[in-house]
Amino acid sequence: MPQAPRPRLRLLEDERWLALVLLVPTMVLLGMFIAYPFVRGILLSVTNSRVGVPGEFVGLANFYKIFNDGIFRTSVYNTFVYTGVTTVFKLSLGLWLAMLLNRNFRGKAFTRAFILLPFIIPTVLSTFAWKWMFDPTFSVLNWLLYHFGLITGRINWLGDPDLAMISIIIVNIWRGVPFFAISLLAGLQTISPELNEAAAIDGARPWQRFWHITWPLLLPVTMVVVLFSVIQTFADFQIVYVMTGGGPANATHLFATYAYQIGIGTGLLSEGAAISLAMFPILFLVVIIQLLYIRRVEVR
Amino acid sequence: MTTVTRRNVLKSGTALVGGMAGILATGRAPAFAQGTTVHWLRWNDFVPASDQLLRKELLPAAEKALGIKINLETVNGNDLQPRVTASVQSGSGPDLIMIFNNQSALYAESVVDLSDLAEDISSKEGGLYKYSRAVTSDGKKFNAMPWAIVGAMNAYRKSWFEEVGVTKFPETWDAYYNAGKKLKAKGHPLGQAVSHSFGDPPTFVYPLLWSYGGKEVEADGKTVAINSKNTIDSVKFMTAFYKDTCDEGGLAWDDTSNNRAFLSQTISSTLNGASIYIEALRNPDKYITEKGVALKTDILHAPLPKGPQGQFGLHTFFSHMLMSYSKNQKAAKDFLRWAHTPANYEKWFISQKGFATPPTAQWESHKLWSEDPVMDPFKVAGKLGQAPGFAGPAGKQAAEALTKYIVVDMYAKAIQGASPEDAVKWAESELKKIYS
Repeated sequence: MPQAPRPRLRLLEDERWLALVLLVPTMVLLGMFIAYPFVRGILLSVTNSRVGVPGEFVGLANFYKIFNDGIFRTSVYNTFVYTGVTTVFKLSLGLWLAMLLNRNFRGKAFTRAFILLPFIIPTVLSTFAWKWMFDPTFSVLNWLLYHFGLITGRINWLGDPDLAMISIIIVNIWRGVPFFAISLLAGLQTISPELNEAAAIDGARPWQRFWHITWPLLLPVTMVVVLFSVIQTFADFQIVYVMTGGGPANATHLFATYAYQIGIGTGLLSEGAAISLAMFPILFLVVIIQLLYIRRVEVR
Repeated sequence: MTTVTRRNVLKSGTALVGGMAGILATGRAPAFAQGTTVHWLRWNDFVPASDQLLRKELLPAAEKALGIKINLETVNGNDLQPRVTASVQSGSGPDLIMIFNNQSALYAESVVDLSDLAEDISSKEGGLYKYSRAVTSDGKKFNAMPWAIVGAMNAYRKSWFEEVGVTKFPETWDAYYNAGKKLKAKGHPLGQAVSHSFGDPPTFVYPLLWSYGGKEVEADGKTVAINSKNTIDSVKFMTAFYKDTCDEGGLAWDDTSNNRAFLSQTISSTLNGASIYIEALRNPDKYITEKGVALKTDILHAPLPKGPQGQFGLHTFFSHMLMSYSKNQKAAKDFLRWAHTPANYEKWFISQKGFATPPTAQWESHKLWSEDPVMDPFKVAGKLGQAPGFAGPAGKQAAEALTKYIVVDMYAKAIQGASPEDAVKWAESELKKIYS
């Protein structure tokens, strides 16, 4: 008569239990580093806590305060402009680069590795280099433009509110294009060349081939890449913090930099938490819309 | 059974990593009976020689005298406040933290009262300046121990001013404006940061505001009084002054930018500590004027000009907070007392070459001040300074307004094109949120 297996082993043989056990490490990590700070942020945002002072429950007073705050409104506007403009440029330039890199040419592997550089270099480091290039007094960009006879005076890159915004947008695009390019390149390589060849034989022009074959097949990948990028750009901190610190006169603050200035700099923790939480519903909506769209595309 | 808490887990993790790093760095295993270590956080000194002096001479001497170990960490001045927040919230971090101006008021609940030490030094050294008291104490408790004052004076190019017919530094804002206009036309603009940086921007705009009769609040410390004709006049002046006389990059400058601009000879005058002159003094061969002479011979110092309602100065104040979460409070305080002992403090003071002025009156007669007449104006910085938050106290609310750069941004907004009235109204609404 066969011996009955020991009960402990049988427990793990049950797929539901095994799945649970395997999921535990991830759940613990997510709980510690995502859920706990998030819940803590919510609790903080409904108190009047300052640095070193726990504070009392004040309901939605902090949210009321920030919605009446001119700098907060500027930060919201800036965050949308920053995310919108950079995403459009990153997508179009990234797609263009991906199409170029998808061709066969000498030194292909090297070029592909090379274009990843902006993405690989630590952001703070490369942003410092950019800060020097845009420096009010010693800008190398101004020096070049001046010596090519294109400008007569200095361009006040980081001292003018609009130019400062353009400057940080340029750096974000520079940093983000490789991510788009490489991800889209991976997407392009999954598209069978036969489809394009067949279309070409049927007389489709390059633009028609792109629009009717490449683009629809690339769309799911594109959506995921855009989703990641929007989330990251919306919550961007490093580039603005290093380049302008939110200045001149708070003209380039984003959600994250303003929350940092108020919460960590000035020590008004609850207000800082309210500012950073205010971006959550917006991001949540973006994620829902895009995920629904991706599902629709995939089902189709 | 010991309870496992998040803090314990983090602490043991950090200790493990830190301990490993220490073992790797020194190449030997730590002894078990270690002495107390005091962790001291300061800014990266604008006079680097002073940091070297601390590391090479003063701290080893203190370690020997007190039988403790001192771990000096230096960071960018603008990063001190974030570090305080992080340390207080996590309940661990440096034992002593340097802080600027009246900012220690923001952390009153998280610091140890240093009244006894402050009063002791005060009684031995001819008294703490009124300004020193105003920015570190609320009258009952010293939130921080006054350390030094970095006097803010205009460093200016004597020869360039003479070239536009100005032989003595202008005494009024209008005269300074006229001189600056001529200088800018000759390609030698004035330079001034109007940005979020702890030193130069506030030390310029607060005295400008006061010299026109403007103030953040009334003496009651409650009634916001910034929206006045006086303030608007000062903003109007600043808008024209900035456009017609200054290097327009200043809106994006930090505290180091004007040093670089002056030393590379793109600006003719700027409000600063003495660090520009000290750097030119240390490297006479590196900094040569277009006429071929050492730059140091062409630099003079002068206070900010007078306005219709008087002449003022705001001088960046340095103090040290002893954090209440510290497990080494006694050792840290002993060290602070040791550092303030005249024989030890004097070494540091001399290494600063006048960049820092001590917080007590006795040092005015120190021989350092008579060695170099160019440094003479800095001698009395502590005596003349007025604290942020005037006409009210320099406490928590004043510190919050300073930390949020409200007065700085009021001027910056107008420079960027907002009407002076709107800029002042904006500042009023921001201040009301703080003082309500």
